[in-house]
Amino acid sequence: MTATPAVRADGLVKRFGDFRAVDRIDLEVRHGEIFGVLGPNGAGKTTMLKMLATLLPIDGGRAEIFGVDVAAQPHRVRQLIGVTGQYASVDEDLSATENLWLFGRLQGLKAADARATARRLLEQFGLEDAAERKISAFSGGMRRRLDLAASLITRPPLIFLDEPTTGLDPRTRGQMWNTIRGLVEDGCTVLLTTQYLDEADQLADRVCVIDQGRKVAEGTPDELKTQVGDSTLQLQLAPGADQALAREVVFRVLGEEPVTTPESGRMNVPLDVADRAADVLIALREAAVSISSVSVAKPSLDEVFLALTGHGTDTGTGTGTGTARPAGVVPGQDTNSPDKPVMEKAR
Amino acid sequence: MNTLVAEPSAARPRSAPAVDPAAAVARTRARPGLGDTFNQTFAMAWRALKKMRRNPEQFFDVALQPLLFTAMFAYVFGGAISGDVDSYLPLLIPGIVAQTVLTTCMATGVQMREDMDKGVFDRFRSLPMSRIAPLAGPMMADLIRYLIAAVLTYLMGLILGYRPGGGVLGVVGAVLLAVFTGWALAWAFTWIGTLARSARSVQGISMMILFPLTFLSNAFVPADTLPGWLESFTRINPVSHLVSGTRDLANNGVITAQVGWTLLAGLAVIVIFMPLSVASYKRHL
Ligand SMILES: Nc1ncnc2c1ncn2[C@@H]1O[C@H](COP(=O)(O)OP(=O)(O)OP(=O)(O)O)[C@@H](O)[C@H]1O
Ligand SMILES: [Mg+2]
Repeated sequence: MTATPAVRADGLVKRFGDFRAVDRIDLEVRHGEIFGVLGPNGAGKTTMLKMLATLLPIDGGRAEIFGVDVAAQPHRVRQLIGVTGQYASVDEDLSATENLWLFGRLQGLKAADARATARRLLEQFGLEDAAERKISAFSGGMRRRLDLAASLITRPPLIFLDEPTTGLDPRTRGQMWNTIRGLVEDGCTVLLTTQYLDEADQLADRVCVIDQGRKVAEGTPDELKTQVGDSTLQLQLAPGADQALAREVVFRVLGEEPVTTPESGRMNVPLDVADRAADVLIALREAAVSISSVSVAKPSLDEVFLALTGHGTDTGTGTGTGTARPAGVVPGQDTNSPDKPVMEKAR
Repeated sequence: MNTLVAEPSAARPRSAPAVDPAAAVARTRARPGLGDTFNQTFAMAWRALKKMRRNPEQFFDVALQPLLFTAMFAYVFGGAISGDVDSYLPLLIPGIVAQTVLTTCMATGVQMREDMDKGVFDRFRSLPMSRIAPLAGPMMADLIRYLIAAVLTYLMGLILGYRPGGGVLGVVGAVLLAVFTGWALAWAFTWIGTLARSARSVQGISMMILFPLTFLSNAFVPADTLPGWLESFTRINPVSHLVSGTRDLANNGVITAQVGWTLLAGLAVIVIFMPLSVASYKRHL
């Protein structure tokens, strides 16, 4: 028996007037995996999630959750999913306990069970101390955790998380990651959206990249990275080095421009063949550009994104040059550090 | 656009998941049962009551309007319409009750609109719950408002010297009739609430409906003092039936056809506007 996928979407479309916010997206999320939907602001992540979660009518195509048709049987689908939206969906006028109790009651728990579940979840999410406090006095991170807790009351097999860590500090983000991993260990399937390439890389088993309503790539984070080139040459220019000259030299050797961070003098050069690293270094030496550190690494998803969408991480037009790897300035190249948003919202 | 879709390959290895989705799917039900709907409505009513307790200032208008209007109308119009305040009160008090209850309905619609704009409604929509519960729950809690409004008006009347001829039972009947009518009419305003773009526009639309309804009725003046065409309108105006019905109950202690018409009108409003509200709430995402 082939297992029914947790989510299956065929040619999903959402129109707002003439504008297609989601444009023929196909999706298959397997049971037990963390699936990441990656895209910049306005890509259509929230819109797609809302359609899958029965919160927005589907304009074209079809979607199934564990084989149940979303448009035909929304009430059944709602019993299989937990939804944590991009913006907190808890009641500001109630306390944390009251919120969880209410959501429990609304989902058919007996009063005593609802109370016990509320207590268990508050403990699990480290919110016992704030149990009786009004939500309006909660910090952003506490709100986010309560919001997630509220989605887990009936232990649904599929959980939608819309940008679960946006606006969290590094430590809280790390905790949220662990929580999400824990969900999957307990047997849940998680579909999450994120703007942080790094987050998708860390958390997701498979990733799909969407841009302007279209799916532009799908695969494991490793597969996506492979599409850009096997490795990246990371250069740290010495203070005062001529950055413009360095870019020019790299362009001359490889025929394409590196991704640079002007503030810190960092340069990332995607390499098809690791051997070319030596050519670049020699050329830089000959041009008298001094370097303070060098490393060769697998490419970050930043570069993947640049390569796939052709226009960096902004949603504006005109930056795309049509080449496979256009020049781009990506702030914060520190891959693997969860504290930095790897994609900037605006340029 | 250079679309590069990689072949899906094995994800990171994981131990077998403990949750069995097939069993979960088998457990799902196609639609909420009646029992669920009741429980959910009561849970939503509990939420609305909690909110009322935490924001008592929203009772100000319900509480102040009957007090202020009763005193003002009694002293301003009493002499002109009925000769003196005492003989105007039996005419006026049921009118004020009707007016207060209608204003309270409007508040129900406005608050529904405000509430629906909150983030928590996104969660209500994503839960497997009956679509009528989020509307009916707050309206159950609002029964308290109508009760407060009606009781305060009668109390104010008593203070000013009103002595209802229908006795305690008559007044209780009149209060219940007013509360029921208010609750029934609130469904119409809830419908407006689910349609309108903002709480402010709900308020505006509701005012435009309420003002003619209350003032072009027999609420404050005897209908036979009005010009013919206006008199015919006041005769079919449901507010007139409510006012006449409460007058009959409170002043004479009798259940008349007016009471029957009022109940019938209330039922008709519920039958029409409850499904409309639910449908519009479902559409409104
Ligand atoms: N109700 C709506 N009416 C009209 N346009 C909408 C509506 N909702 C979303 N859009 C548009 O659809 C596009 C996709 O929006 P969506 O919220 O899905 O993006 P997103 O990927 O979630 O972005 P973000 O990262 O900012 O949350 C945007 O251009 C947005 O303006
Ligand atoms: Mg979004």
